[in-house]
Amino acid sequence: MTSTGYLYAAYAVTWIIHGVYLITVVRRYARVRSQIAEIKGK
Amino acid sequence: MTPPSGITLATLSKDLRLEWRSKDAINSMLFFALLVVVVFSFSFDPNAEESRHIAGGLIWVAFLFAAVVALNQTWAREVRNQVLDAYRVSPAPANSLFLAKALGNFIFVTILEAAMTPLFIVFYQLRSLGPAWQLLLVAAFGTWALVVNGTFFAAMSLRTRSREIMLPLLLFPISIPAILAMVQATTSILLGEGARFWIVLLFTYDLVFTSACLLLFETVLEAE
Amino acid sequence: MKRIFPILSVITAALLGYALYAALVIAPTEQTMGDVQRIFYYHVPSAWTAFLLFLNNFVASVVYLIRKNPVADIVALVCAEVGVAFCTVVLITGPLWARPVWGIWWTWDIRLTSTLVLWLIYVAYLMLRRFSSSGQTPVLAAALAVFGALDVPLVYFSIWFFRTQHPQPVIGGGGSLAPAMWHVLLLNWLAFSMFAFLVCWSRFRLEKLSREVDETQAMNALLDEPVSNRSAR
Repeated sequence: MTSTGYLYAAYAVTWIIHGVYLITVVRRYARVRSQIAEIKGK
Repeated sequence: MTPPSGITLATLSKDLRLEWRSKDAINSMLFFALLVVVVFSFSFDPNAEESRHIAGGLIWVAFLFAAVVALNQTWAREVRNQVLDAYRVSPAPANSLFLAKALGNFIFVTILEAAMTPLFIVFYQLRSLGPAWQLLLVAAFGTWALVVNGTFFAAMSLRTRSREIMLPLLLFPISIPAILAMVQATTSILLGEGARFWIVLLFTYDLVFTSACLLLFETVLEAE
Repeated sequence: MKRIFPILSVITAALLGYALYAALVIAPTEQTMGDVQRIFYYHVPSAWTAFLLFLNNFVASVVYLIRKNPVADIVALVCAEVGVAFCTVVLITGPLWARPVWGIWWTWDIRLTSTLVLWLIYVAYLMLRRFSSSGQTPVLAAALAVFGALDVPLVYFSIWFFRTQHPQPVIGGGGSLAPAMWHVLLLNWLAFSMFAFLVCWSRFRLEKLSREVDETQAMNALLDEPVSNRSAR
């Protein structure tokens, strides 16, 4: 890997990590919202 | 009412007596300790000169494994008989219980170390170039460092799922400075170099974390 | 309150984009290291942000131990999670920078090792939170955070002395920074700090909501009659 390759890899990894975390947050939000809908439905 | 130290001693002697009568844990632990030494000796087979450089690390890793297995046993008996709940409602101060457990573990692990050390000396042809009594000091401070936090984390792990893996998960990261100090101190003494900084660091670590454990144990015990 | 969040998100996204551009284009190329040095503009702000978040977790944990305030517990949890994310970034971008420049992936120097230990402590913290039963989790986690905080200076000292005895290569370069580089560094730090704040805020709202839902479900199961209907009457 050329040295600029390492640079892009580092930036990419940063955003992948943050992206993965954000995705887990969003998915849990969706799940909580469906739970709320269930409660309200009762 | 009995003073806290009395409670500590009473609990400690109860544990020691129970252990002595059944000898369950100590026998299996001793055999485990022997196995660890043998496996390590197969894996790393240095000559006498090299062994002084790496023995410190090897011995303490072996002690660490033995300590974790011993610590996991600590509360097992209490949990089985719901003794912990009895302690919580009794007027006895939580710290007395903690000290008793920690001291019991300390004695237990020290026995294991005393059994493993001659084997290591034999398998690695170890001969210390520095004063051997300092090694005893390192062993004492180092073992206490592992045991005091280990007892605390074992209590914390009690009501978690996967409690046996939880203990080393919590203990290892927190113990890193102590482990570094133990290993470096042992290596330095074996090589005949000074180990004063590491011994002082170990002692400081022991002071800091013994205080922290005593301060927080009651809170952790009551947590529900 | 709810309108601020989208506005801040847009601002933060724009800032992050501009900061990235600054890091890749505006910042001058470093003489000895070349373009790879630009990793620095992501590595260092992530480290600072992670440390601030862990510090926040420690403060929130102490507050919880003293006052048993559930909000403090949520703040502690949120800061730990986001802190671990940022700390992971630090631990990966560090070696990616070190390898082409200094030829080694890793060295047991004081900053890298302290960061690694901090990461280990907080991953253990998160595992403790996941594996313990919900009644005691806040107290146990808070106690662990205190232990972690006590540990950090000891880690620092032990590595410092270890390094004086066994010198290792220094990673991360010393020396002063050109002003232009400082600006880009601070810009990236601002952008990442705002990003971290927004992520923490979202996670906080999620956790609060999640706990309220759990409580409501528990109440429903207990009363066998929908709570929401009762309050509507």
